[in-house]
Amino acid sequence: MIKEDNRYRSQKPSEDEFTADPATDTEKRGSLLRFLIAGIVFGIVFTKAEVISWFRIQEMFRLQSFHMYGVIGSAVAVGMISIWLIKKFRVKTITGEKIEIQPRKFNKGQIFGGLIFGIGWALTGACPGPLFAQIGTGATVVVITLLSAIAGTWVYGRFREKLPH
Amino acid sequence: MLAFIKQPWPWYVAGPLIGLIVPTLLLLGNKPFGISSSLRHICAACIPSGIPFFRYNWKKERWNLLFVLGIFLGGMIAAYFLADPEPVKMAPQLAADLAKRGITDYHNLVPADLFNWHSLLTARGAILMVAGGFLVGFGTRYAGGCTSGHAIMGLSNLQWPSLVATICFMIGGFFAANLLLPWILSL
Repeated sequence: MIKEDNRYRSQKPSEDEFTADPATDTEKRGSLLRFLIAGIVFGIVFTKAEVISWFRIQEMFRLQSFHMYGVIGSAVAVGMISIWLIKKFRVKTITGEKIEIQPRKFNKGQIFGGLIFGIGWALTGACPGPLFAQIGTGATVVVITLLSAIAGTWVYGRFREKLPH
Repeated sequence: MLAFIKQPWPWYVAGPLIGLIVPTLLLLGNKPFGISSSLRHICAACIPSGIPFFRYNWKKERWNLLFVLGIFLGGMIAAYFLADPEPVKMAPQLAADLAKRGITDYHNLVPADLFNWHSLLTARGAILMVAGGFLVGFGTRYAGGCTSGHAIMGLSNLQWPSLVATICFMIGGFFAANLLLPWILSL
């Protein structure tokens, strides 16, 4: 069991995407199934697109193939048009909820963290999404890479206050 | 039809489909596309250790954990039912260079010569899997997102901090793939 520690209560709330507010947790368990199905569909897409291929990532960083640039570029183009349409026509979610996207605030973490992640991406040949798909394809040892990524996330959380942001 | 699906999908099919994740998640429940957050939710759920960064209502973000579970299952379905029997496609220069370093098994998207349980105990394997994974988890959280959250979702929403992050991902990757990796592979 994790002990409640009031020391942290007095700290100023961090500029953070996640809140500890339980009052807004209105979603029912069953209604989340749609995200599992969406994950399955896109897991298939990631695999067949070969964006989970270590070889494709090496090609990209060695400028030996257009594949990954084409994938990311056209994905961003489709994403951009989609968000533009959603905003223009004030499209709501399937349950009638308003769609709101949080803006991104700049901090130095995007530079330092970005460089660090880039190195990890080239070595493992995977960003976090593909890690899950790679394990699914039968590369069981990638479980270690995933556990190590979870450890990296934890260490960041542990030393966050001491890092430049 | 099935034979057609089993081929690796070209970028102009795969890219737009991946881009559709953005409106899909927004329409399904006003969720931003971002996968590295799942690692944080796992920490918050399993090993919060009283750290403020992991003290939030992770149960509210369960959708994200189900989404990554789905990606895992999707990878499994693609590998077992939709696999391409041909060797993995790659640029000939890359294959030539890898062959020189003894990496010749091109049957999986994850090279079996480098990523296997035995090589985990070698310097090469430990750097690629253990250190590499750590950098992925630490770096994405420090940057506040990964390829999905910054490069796809952030750029789609015209967020300049995400452009900074994406450029830094690429700089880190170019450095590691061209300067670090040749040395690691020679270990």
